[in-house]
Amino acid sequence: MSNENKTDEPPVPAEKPAGKPKPPPLSRAKRQELRRKFLRTLLLTGGIVGAGLSGFLPLVYARKPRLRPPGALDEKDFLASCIKCGQCVQVCPVQAIKLADLIDGVGVGAPYIDARSQACDFSCDAVQCVLACPTGSLTYNKPAFMPVRPGAQLAAKPILIPKEKDPEPTLNLSERMGVARLTRPEMCLAIKGKGFKGPARGHSFRGKMRYMRIDRWKPVPIAEVRYEVEECDLCVRECPIKGAISIETVYAPDGTQRKSPVVHEPCVGCGVCEMICPTEPVSIEIVPREVWRA
Amino acid sequence: MNTFLRKRFLEQILVMFGREPRKPEAVSEEARQIHLVKRTTNKEKLQAAAAHAEAHMNTSHKWRNRRWITLALVNLFFVFSYYFDVQILEGALTASRFIGFHLIDLNSALQVMLAHKHIITNLLIGTATVLVLWILFGGRSFCSWVCPYHLLAEWAEKIHLRLMREKLVTDAPVDRRLRTVFWIVFALLAVATGYTVYEAISPTGIVSRALIYGPGLALLWVLALLVFEVFFVRRAWCRYACPIGLTYGVVGIFTPLRIKYTLESCFHEGNCRKVCLVPHVLDTVIKGRAVHTEVPIGPDCTRCGLCVDVCPTGSLTFDVKGLSKLL
Repeated sequence: MSNENKTDEPPVPAEKPAGKPKPPPLSRAKRQELRRKFLRTLLLTGGIVGAGLSGFLPLVYARKPRLRPPGALDEKDFLASCIKCGQCVQVCPVQAIKLADLIDGVGVGAPYIDARSQACDFSCDAVQCVLACPTGSLTYNKPAFMPVRPGAQLAAKPILIPKEKDPEPTLNLSERMGVARLTRPEMCLAIKGKGFKGPARGHSFRGKMRYMRIDRWKPVPIAEVRYEVEECDLCVRECPIKGAISIETVYAPDGTQRKSPVVHEPCVGCGVCEMICPTEPVSIEIVPREVWRA
Repeated sequence: MNTFLRKRFLEQILVMFGREPRKPEAVSEEARQIHLVKRTTNKEKLQAAAAHAEAHMNTSHKWRNRRWITLALVNLFFVFSYYFDVQILEGALTASRFIGFHLIDLNSALQVMLAHKHIITNLLIGTATVLVLWILFGGRSFCSWVCPYHLLAEWAEKIHLRLMREKLVTDAPVDRRLRTVFWIVFALLAVATGYTVYEAISPTGIVSRALIYGPGLALLWVLALLVFEVFFVRRAWCRYACPIGLTYGVVGIFTPLRIKYTLESCFHEGNCRKVCLVPHVLDTVIKGRAVHTEVPIGPDCTRCGLCVDVCPTGSLTFDVKGLSKLL
């Protein structure tokens, strides 16, 4: 091919008439060139197939499961169907959804939520990301042939507290994203019986949330909201789902009585409690794709 | 379409899948006449005329500029629509929504369908819309008029060619059948593993998302590709690897928009083949090869218009099949 390119520059006489039954044996130079081209082809094949296979690496070294946006299919189906366009990212009013990079361990361009830095607070009222998804990776209604993991199904459509008084107070969500769990009870201010004063996550925290008492439609930076509570109940106070979490009196093994946040079945795993929890490290976390165990 | 052109049309599809173009066995009578005239014409006179034409040719960049502007506008439209939250064009090149209409990249859609094995209506609508769009606008014109990696690769190619002129690097062509092999490999991987692995390395998707959602480490892979193209193989990704190009190439089989070659005015200087991303589609400009007086260029052509710009005699032009008859 490269030879042809060179000979074509000036108007050369047409090639020798065709119609020879067999081409003459190739010259040494030509044979060498062909061999080189073949080797280069092999090299490029190896290189790109290698790079292609490295696309699987994030799946292999995904150490812990990530929280997916609401309505996500089970992980394998999710990764198969996600087209990595980021439309879910674009519609989210609090920018809770991020796209994974090369080293995030969830597949380049696949969306996830880091609840501690910005949780999904459903301030869109209607799970917009599900509506935006073009491939059904995020879906209101899972197709019948896809099994629902036991305990992933919500007993009832979750009631969104901010629109509790609306004619339609529920979120169109049938499976939970995960479940909140008190992973560090020793840190929890409620258990310690302590109160809390100040912005929940400090002045430099970038997260946003919708506060009904401030603005029905516009999420505001959490750093701008000052709390002053006798006994910390921020996770309960800010939980957007009705009946998902409450402060209960529990009995320790030694018989002493104390307060503790307790997660209930309606928890969808949105992560607002994890985002708002003022302790460092965080006391309550979402376990992604966790199911409800009665 | 006469039999010669029909035969060439089918052969060009094979060429797209990686076959090397060959000298045609027979050409039409009209073409033969012209070839004959050209062979007997005084060569010096022709060369003088060519030199003359070349001297007069202040290199036009008309189509290149139009294309670069289009490419930049399309990609910036995505960026600004998100940045200013005007919600006209949402998403990235892999899938988007234009004023509510789903648009889904054909290759990404194919990967998802193969991996997920379940196709929802929106996916189907978006794919069909884009299919119709690119049947109208010329198949691989997606590559040269929209794909952001194409533009980066074009600039890398300029550096590569400069280094070649300085004899610092050599061009190292690779077997073009490779692209077909990759297409099959990535399709099989999607079916077998249920994971759209190609999307993880697709420079088109990576660059598009980087523009819209901010840069990431995945750009390092794109950078590595560009470095490889600058120092080793000219336009390696677009020519020998990209399955997106092949997918849109197949669409190009059915499109009426193409480049048309006119034999009579051609000086056979081969400038067009030197600027072309896919010079195998321009084999017809080699002296003696045109099977007819006017030959449409095959489906693997990206309709970038570089050959139209560079041709001093206007032998290569944009053409819509049937339109000239209609007008």
